Amino acid sequence: MVASRVIGSLGRFTASRTLCCPGYVCRNFAGSSALLSRTHINFGVKGDVAVIRINSPNSKVNTLGQELHSEFLEVMNEVWSSDQIRSVVLISSKPGCFIAGADLNMLNAFKTSQEVTQISQEAHRTFEKLEKSTKPIVAAISGSCLGGGLELAISCQYRIATKDKKTVLGSPEVLLGLLPGAGGTQRLPKMVGVPAAFDMMLTGRNIRADRAKKMGLVDQLVEPLGPGLKPPEERTIEYLEEVAITFAKGLADKKISPKRDKGLVEKLTSYAMSIPFVRQQIYKKVEEKVRKQTKGLYPAPLKIIDVVKTGIEQGSDAGYLSESQKFGELAMTKESKALMGLYHGQTLCKKNKFGAPQKEVQHLAILGAGLMGAGIAQVSVDKGLKTILKDATLGALGRGQQQVFKGLNDKVKKKAITSFERDSIFSNLTGQLDYQGFEKADMVIEAVFEDLSLKHRVLKEVEAVIPDYCIFASNTSALPISEIATVSKRPEKVIGMHYFSPVDKMQLLEIITTDKTSKDTTAIAVAVGLKQGKVIIVVKDGPGFYTTRCLAPMMFEVIRILQEGVDPKKLDSLTMRFGFPVGAATLVDEVGVDVAKHVAEDLGKTFGDRFAGGNIELLKQMVSRGFLGRKSGKGFYIYQEGVKSKNLNSDMDSILASLKLAPHPEVSSDEDIQYRLVTRFVNEAILCLQEGILATPAEGDIGAVFGLGFPPCLGGPFRFVDLYGAQKIVDRLRKYEAAYGKQFTPCQLLLDHASSPNKRFYQ
Amino acid sequence: MTSFLTYTFKNLPSTSNWALRSSIRPLSCSSQLRAAADVQTKSKKTLAKSSVRNIVVVDGVRIPFLLSGTSYKDLMPHDLARAALLGLLHRTSVPKDVVDYIIFGTVIQEVKTSNVAREAALGAGFSNRIPAHTVTMACISANQAMTTGVCLIASGQCDVVVAGGVELMSDVPIRHSRKMRKMMLDLNKAKTLGQRLSLISKFRLNFLSPELPAVAEFSTSETMGHSADRLAAAFAVSRLEQDEYALRSHLLAKKAQEEGLLSDVVLFKVPGKDTVTQDNGIRPSSLEQMAKLKPAFIKPYGTVTAANSSFLTDGASAVLIMAEEKALAMGYKPKAYLRNFVYVSQDPKDQLLLGPTYATPKVLEKAGLTLNDIDAFEFHEAFSGQILANLKAMDSDWFAQNYMNRKAKVGVPPLEKFNNWGGSLSLGHPFGATGCRLVMAAANRLRKEGGQYGLVAACAAGGQGHAMIVEAYPK
Repeated sequence: MVASRVIGSLGRFTASRTLCCPGYVCRNFAGSSALLSRTHINFGVKGDVAVIRINSPNSKVNTLGQELHSEFLEVMNEVWSSDQIRSVVLISSKPGCFIAGADLNMLNAFKTSQEVTQISQEAHRTFEKLEKSTKPIVAAISGSCLGGGLELAISCQYRIATKDKKTVLGSPEVLLGLLPGAGGTQRLPKMVGVPAAFDMMLTGRNIRADRAKKMGLVDQLVEPLGPGLKPPEERTIEYLEEVAITFAKGLADKKISPKRDKGLVEKLTSYAMSIPFVRQQIYKKVEEKVRKQTKGLYPAPLKIIDVVKTGIEQGSDAGYLSESQKFGELAMTKESKALMGLYHGQTLCKKNKFGAPQKEVQHLAILGAGLMGAGIAQVSVDKGLKTILKDATLGALGRGQQQVFKGLNDKVKKKAITSFERDSIFSNLTGQLDYQGFEKADMVIEAVFEDLSLKHRVLKEVEAVIPDYCIFASNTSALPISEIATVSKRPEKVIGMHYFSPVDKMQLLEIITTDKTSKDTTAIAVAVGLKQGKVIIVVKDGPGFYTTRCLAPMMFEVIRILQEGVDPKKLDSLTMRFGFPVGAATLVDEVGVDVAKHVAEDLGKTFGDRFAGGNIELLKQMVSRGFLGRKSGKGFYIYQEGVKSKNLNSDMDSILASLKLAPHPEVSSDEDIQYRLVTRFVNEAILCLQEGILATPAEGDIGAVFGLGFPPCLGGPFRFVDLYGAQKIVDRLRKYEAAYGKQFTPCQLLLDHASSPNKRFYQ
Repeated sequence: MTSFLTYTFKNLPSTSNWALRSSIRPLSCSSQLRAAADVQTKSKKTLAKSSVRNIVVVDGVRIPFLLSGTSYKDLMPHDLARAALLGLLHRTSVPKDVVDYIIFGTVIQEVKTSNVAREAALGAGFSNRIPAHTVTMACISANQAMTTGVCLIASGQCDVVVAGGVELMSDVPIRHSRKMRKMMLDLNKAKTLGQRLSLISKFRLNFLSPELPAVAEFSTSETMGHSADRLAAAFAVSRLEQDEYALRSHLLAKKAQEEGLLSDVVLFKVPGKDTVTQDNGIRPSSLEQMAKLKPAFIKPYGTVTAANSSFLTDGASAVLIMAEEKALAMGYKPKAYLRNFVYVSQDPKDQLLLGPTYATPKVLEKAGLTLNDIDAFEFHEAFSGQILANLKAMDSDWFAQNYMNRKAKVGVPPLEKFNNWGGSLSLGHPFGATGCRLVMAAANRLRKEGGQYGLVAACAAGGQGHAMIVEAYPK
């Protein structure tokens, strides 16, 4: 999930100030505020061009907030009333950030949708003034220009952006369950065309500067500069300002036209969009697609379509009104609260709370060049870590090296990096069969097969060659780290790093500490994970840690449900309709039936009753018949290269038939099946918090959503309990407990929450 | 003395500028030292070292540098190189069999004559017993050819080396696309009609789109002009400054041409055409005219234009390098010594053209000289903006400290000693041949204007650079 900062929620204006703010009063304000000196804005005049520099104090990013908004309006009023000034340049003094949107905390503080609607309307008024300004305003964009920042920029007459990787434009509101509430839904379609505007607003994707230029989102690009007489970033901003000033002058002198020449395709598109029938078809198409993808679980995308439609079909006034109302409504939805919670959690899990490590990892060694090992290598080398990839055979090593190369080459095809950058990144990787160079390794991550004796052997071999300071990290999904560490000479340097496959796509990293793991070891592991671009949760050691342990009871329930005769396809559809990105049966195939069996046996033994339900015999028989899931071509489904639609594996019928159990009709409705799965998951997650495996509910939510695909619209198991109500979940668990037994017994912490409704995981 | 001073500098703990200044003042005020300085303005009489052979450039020539697409357009690169070699033979009367080795630099290679040095040498009538090789190092290819020769002589492998460079931008290898090439090669190998037909059936129209060579960095895909424009912007070099510098180059070149100072130029009778007698790219214009041009690379607001950039040029050059004792034994009166030289390289993206900034202090340090010791600066002018950016970088303590790992700036060469007879902007810049022109300009200027040391510096694609000290041969 991209989720970045959001929205032009433009600070709260006290009603009185807005009301009594006609012309001259404002000027008085401005006069007096000059004495107060502005904190967010630095305002200067160069010739006849006003240069407004945004620089929010004490923050790495500029966010549109109350103070910034009022200062900005003051300055603009000064500009508009000055005879000397003929044009304006709007720029940020922070390299890497134009305006990243608004502080979510501010939005969260609102209690009613009316308040939020009002904020949106304030923004509408200000941005309309900018749009209608007779003195041309040039937005000079360097760094992130997102949400409200973008809406501000597209209200200006001209946009110039630096062409670097940090400069991205986008409307990520949808990722937070919102819509662009400061005129974005109305201005974007006019600027880039309806289809492109839908794409931006419905996916929330970040658009790089060069792409933005092609789309017509920005009018000019400025190349970033290298070192000169000042640091590159500083000089680049200065240069951007110089260029923007020449364009501002040109616009004021009418030497430059703010209108853009449209290409043929664009002209055709806009012609097609002028035909009502075509428009209706497009709305319909987009809506269908959104409904299919969101399964009706996310209200924001549909509202975005609706608001855009209103603006185009009924005129701007209706459009802006609708935008502000829907914006207010969305801000109050559970989905939005859940998504914002995830955003906050993600920010939290991108920080190293264990402090700066004593020694930075520069040399990394990975044991095992399989899917996991190579994946870890890929995300390491492209962050500049010198990485050794070691395997036992040349063939396996070659496959691993090829996987890394392919991952990088795919980026070249997508133009994210150049072929030269690919080669230079790939040169960070050394493939080898021996332990040469391990004496320099700062960290070794083993990703060998999940077998305790093998891991022991590897650990002993490695410890013989690595330096004292080197960390040994084990990538395992279920083997307890403390057991692996028993053969270590230095258990304080042993830690678990549980990556998720495919490593380059999955954002989560679960770091597992034992009682003996030192704090510095943890800090180093987190630092490495962060460098690899991961979102990190740190959990205590225990069978299945956090993620595997939560997933296991749900999987036992999956087996049970299948045994009760529910078709895998139906089960998939039920789980996906609940918001899981992958169906439950498909998930088993993806993970690998053998792996699932392995974990189920292990954890089943440890946890006894609570992991009861399905019969593990099902998995055993599948393994014995070679139905290992996608990797073997057969599992619950049949997988064929190049065939997209999956067919059920008919050979499963006999296995399922032999293990068939009679369903309990009172708990077998579609909804019950969904909740049987989810409540077991949630109950186990809360037990992990209760037992101290988890340090915070936020980490639990992030782990569940980013690692296991728990429905993002529910915000994770803990947020789900807060929003849905602990009592309701306990009621459901009790009902299922009555039918099936102890595996559904709610844990004490959940019961505590149910009995005192004020108790919440998130305050 | 200065070397003594710099030495002291280096050894000072120097935590603050103040400390530096105060400790230096007593030194420079010391009367003995000043007396010594008065007697002798140069810090060193000569750069000769007892342990190293003295290497001299006997003389050097070049055929006139022409705008590409003019009189040389129907020739091949080795024709130009051959003309330069013949000119050198004529100018120096060196016996063809005395030469031990021949080296040429070139950048855009003609595939048929990939070792253009050998083809040109054979065509110029040199003995076929003289080995020849071709080097490439972008705009400092000829410099590389010369220094390779210097090394061969210094190590005692050779006594007489001819070094030169050539570039023909009128004709560049435009290739079939990779797909087309692959199909043609496969067709070659196909044995049966069926195989051929099946190969041909894979043909698509886009196979025919050709591959053009670009003056662009392979590593960054950025054209050099684009990089120069960014460099100029990074150092805040204005369009006007660039135009003024370019105008200076053209005016000085024009003057030098009219006064007959460009004595390295030899006539070239082009087959089927008139004899070419002089460079044809020198076109002094007015600042008003130049201001009208639109930017050539960063549109529409960049500062690098056709008028303040060097143009695509055809040309060739050659020099005769010898061990001093050999030259003297043969009765030559050499023009100059070739002394210390350095190659440097830096970031090919943001510092592509800053080679001279890095190379100058390094070569001075190596030779134990300072900027004040240099009487003739010959810097390769790729773009006005590049020259001015280099001058600003050399004048910046901040840049020296943050990017060059030096305590202080090297200083800026005085313009009255800088490219006095024009430069690449006006005379032209055949990539592979410019290096020899720079060295001969420095040597000839030292003879004409007086003075002992010349400094040659150049930038090159790939983010590389070169500098060399040329010492006047005593008259």
